[in-house]
Amino acid sequence: MGFGYFITIGIIVGIYIILTLSLNIISGYTGQASLGHAAFFGIGAYASALLTLKLGLNFWTALPLAMLAAGIIGAGVGIISLRIKGDFLAVTTIGINFVIVSVFEYSDFFGGAYGISGIQFPELFGLKISKAYYLILVFVFVFLTALFCRLISKSWLGLALETIRENEDAAEASGINCKKFKILAFAIGCALAGLAGVLYAHFIRFITPIDFAFPISITIVSMMVVGGIGTIRGGILGALLMAALPEILRPLANYRLLFYGGLIVLIARFQPQGLFGENPFLFRKIFARSLPSAQREKSGVSGGRK
Amino acid sequence: MSAILRTEKLSKFFGGLRALQNLDLEVRANEILGMIGPNGAGKTTFFNTVCGVYAADGGRVYLEGNEITGMPTHRIARLGVGRTFQIVKPFMNLSVERNILSALGKDRMKGVSPALLGVGLEKSREEVRRLLRLVGIEGSIAQAARTLTLGHQKRMEIARALALKPKLLMLDEPFAGLSQEEIRPLVGVIKGLKAEGITILLIEHNVPFVMEVCDRLVVLNFGEKLCEGTPQEVRRDRRVIEAYLGS
Repeated sequence: MGFGYFITIGIIVGIYIILTLSLNIISGYTGQASLGHAAFFGIGAYASALLTLKLGLNFWTALPLAMLAAGIIGAGVGIISLRIKGDFLAVTTIGINFVIVSVFEYSDFFGGAYGISGIQFPELFGLKISKAYYLILVFVFVFLTALFCRLISKSWLGLALETIRENEDAAEASGINCKKFKILAFAIGCALAGLAGVLYAHFIRFITPIDFAFPISITIVSMMVVGGIGTIRGGILGALLMAALPEILRPLANYRLLFYGGLIVLIARFQPQGLFGENPFLFRKIFARSLPSAQREKSGVSGGRK
Repeated sequence: MSAILRTEKLSKFFGGLRALQNLDLEVRANEILGMIGPNGAGKTTFFNTVCGVYAADGGRVYLEGNEITGMPTHRIARLGVGRTFQIVKPFMNLSVERNILSALGKDRMKGVSPALLGVGLEKSREEVRRLLRLVGIEGSIAQAARTLTLGHQKRMEIARALALKPKLLMLDEPFAGLSQEEIRPLVGVIKGLKAEGITILLIEHNVPFVMEVCDRLVVLNFGEKLCEGTPQEVRRDRRVIEAYLGS
């Protein structure tokens, strides 16, 4: 295991952080189930691959266009979410994931089951960059994504999204256009998943439909849920923990989905706000003894979703 | 007196059920109009139809003379119709402050780009405090809405509706489920709102308090207006007694 290996893991972790934070906008803030987020990861990757290979665009031009493509198709899912809710939306998004992967797999335009190879590693100011610089580039985007999420959560938009999660009738009665903001949440979240796809495609340089299949969607959901749904630090730490763990515990790799599934069940049962979310179990255990009782009561009131 | 809200032959059907039939109704400026009637008379249906939750099957709704029939709920809310719910619908996991802010931000949330900024969030905090003082729960500003008692959740809903700067405040059973000790101060709050110049339409079953609070009453039965008038007039109306007790 060389230095390059850790750089590769670092890049993959960074891409998963962006994916988790982007899903968090849809599911965490807005409360809309999405079990097909990998599809938009794939749309970003394929769009960027095709734009650079077939149209000869460079990485920096293809990146916003690929995000736009993922965002527009995401907005389409947002429109669907206006009609179906809860579990039905979750099942529908699974279907969307399968449909989009099938389109990649059965159409020659997208390279069929063999995928697309020969994708260019990006250049910066006309110079080829090394893998280590790519890691830095990825984490610049991670930082920008986290900053953007923070901007949202501190803004009127973030408040509007949260009210939709809490109660749509009351949100409408408070003058909030639920339809508009739901579509917007899907568009933003999916465009950011597209960004992750672009970063992935130009790093791996060979993409196949299976890279964006349903299990990847589940992986993203588990990262979000384990880390702490609705919070930025939860998204980051969840992705970090769950993307790095299977690499460290190599023998577990074949049972990764089983491990993720079991973890989601345990988290949902014992720690619904996630390991690093609001008022988490870990923090409680560590700080419970050092806090005076009055303060402890207060933290019990402010934290944790029922 | 000018009408804040006026409906013209407003109708709403659920399949064969006529929930509202040709209802003509007027809420006058700065009055408290009480809407009473037996269960299933169409009171909440009237609220939901006025607010655009249900599409009317006939008739028109005017707010200060401007037609609002068929508009989406959030637009009607922004135009100045604030409401509360029979079964409270707070944003449970948000703080009381954010509950109120959500309605205060109605103009900021119109577009997309202004909504992305936190501009005015800080400034609005002062207004949140004023509204909470008005309903008497300013001490709970930082608490999550789910930790409040039902009585305080109801007051918070009133404050949230007031944040829209409503021309008309519609209260759906504000006293239901509350103890006598909780109702008393709430009556004071509602009277205080009238003193501030707010026009109120309220649904209520608690007759003594309706008689005390309301300037006028309108009685619904089977989706139709049975009668209207001052509390004293309505109390004496034989049709009302029959509707409630059967003839």
